[in-house]
Amino acid sequence: MSTTTTIRRTALNETMRKYGGKMVDFHGWELPIQFAGILKEHEAVRKSAGIFDVSHMGQVFVTGADAFTLLQKTNANDLRKATPGKGVYSHVTNPAAGLVDDIIAFCLSADRYLVIVNATTSTKDYEWFKSQAGKMRVTVENKSDDYSMIAIQGPSVPKMFETFAPEALKLPRFGIVEKDIMGEHCYVSRTGYTGEDGFEITAPHSIIVQLWEDMMELGKPYGIVPCGLGARDTLRLESGYLLYGQDVDDFHTTYETGYGWVVSLDKGDFIGRGILATQKAEGVKRRLTGLTLTGGVPRPGCKIFMDGKQVGELASATYSPTLKKGIGVGYIIPPDLKPGAPLEVEIHGKRVKAEVSRMPFYKGTAFNKGIGA
Amino acid sequence: MPKPEEVKYTKTHEWVHLGAEAAVGISDHAQHEMGDVVFVELPKVGQKLEKEKPCAVVESVKSAFDIYAPVSGEVTAVNDAVTGDPALLNQAPLEGGWMFKMKPSNPAEGETLMTWTAYQDFVKQAAH
Repeated sequence: MSTTTTIRRTALNETMRKYGGKMVDFHGWELPIQFAGILKEHEAVRKSAGIFDVSHMGQVFVTGADAFTLLQKTNANDLRKATPGKGVYSHVTNPAAGLVDDIIAFCLSADRYLVIVNATTSTKDYEWFKSQAGKMRVTVENKSDDYSMIAIQGPSVPKMFETFAPEALKLPRFGIVEKDIMGEHCYVSRTGYTGEDGFEITAPHSIIVQLWEDMMELGKPYGIVPCGLGARDTLRLESGYLLYGQDVDDFHTTYETGYGWVVSLDKGDFIGRGILATQKAEGVKRRLTGLTLTGGVPRPGCKIFMDGKQVGELASATYSPTLKKGIGVGYIIPPDLKPGAPLEVEIHGKRVKAEVSRMPFYKGTAFNKGIGA
Repeated sequence: MPKPEEVKYTKTHEWVHLGAEAAVGISDHAQHEMGDVVFVELPKVGQKLEKEKPCAVVESVKSAFDIYAPVSGEVTAVNDAVTGDPALLNQAPLEGGWMFKMKPSNPAEGETLMTWTAYQDFVKQAAH
């Protein structure tokens, strides 16, 4: 028996091709890996502006009197931080404290939440939220197929939005505003996966092509360029952001990823809390550790050595266009190596000198305090 | 420095400027497919190469690519300019971006390689 999987295309597929996108199969979605080149796109986002089709990302709406209760139960972070108009980055945990997904939960109003989930996990997340809802007064809807999403990222992007969405300029980091664009109900949030200031817009498919073109026009004075998955990966890794399925999964916990700030043990009970409390008290056995290399380009799967002994392997790794050297993250035992600790990474059978790095590798404008009003 | 039609090509997208000392590099098509080159590892002078065996590595942001010896022979020179500035492979794959020079040990091997016209057809066919 053979199975045929049809590749999924976003509403921007034709537009991506028109702009010269080199299309690849990304977990079943046809998306551009690059346009002009990863280095050019990466630099445009760090210095001015870039735009990404991120329509593969999912949207799960959680509404009703117990919406907060359901999200509080299924998340490691404290949803009380997400007051109306704000979102929190969080980890959805399973009973073993592994990650069902890493998400952003936006509070639209007291009983309405928009949860942005990863492409490969949208159905899994939806099923998980439903299974945990029990008799709660809550409606969980997976609207991932109904929405497109674009990310406009870079230090010049707020200037682009001065005329287009002045209300969005007041948003703090992780703020969200509902806005009618071309007569359609859309969501504009001050979020992204690049480490730079900028916005993400969730919009119906019907207006997304025109919205993309409008953004290209607004961004023209700032040299905006369309960006692909390649630059998305180098930008997010420099910023220390996790890639679900590669850096973290159902079998690794938040403390092991080094994202301890996401865990709110004092908010009350939530799924996986007991295990996380133990890990907090006793420490973890392995930790996702960042490292920089002196030469060569590390790739996922490369073995990591310390004092000649293998201590882990790279989960994500690439050439950092900003730092101009190889960077990577991998789970390392022991878990508490200090920045500067010497390591080696095996590339094409040869050991290359590396050292433990502080995280993130690079802090873009998204890390600035006091973004927005 | 050679013109595209003055060199021979392999099915693995290397070019070689045949002669007593043959320069080797990657084709313009290859550099385009690889994307931004950020690291190059070259063979050592004096190293003996065997036709169609890996002898160098080119890393782009995206991925790593093995470079295969177009003919057998001994390495006589390497281009340190490309290890210092790997982007040369993108900017001028046939000129400043030559990777190494070698003394071919079996001139007959060059006969099996593609001409510029044949290589262009080969690339076109591969695209379909």
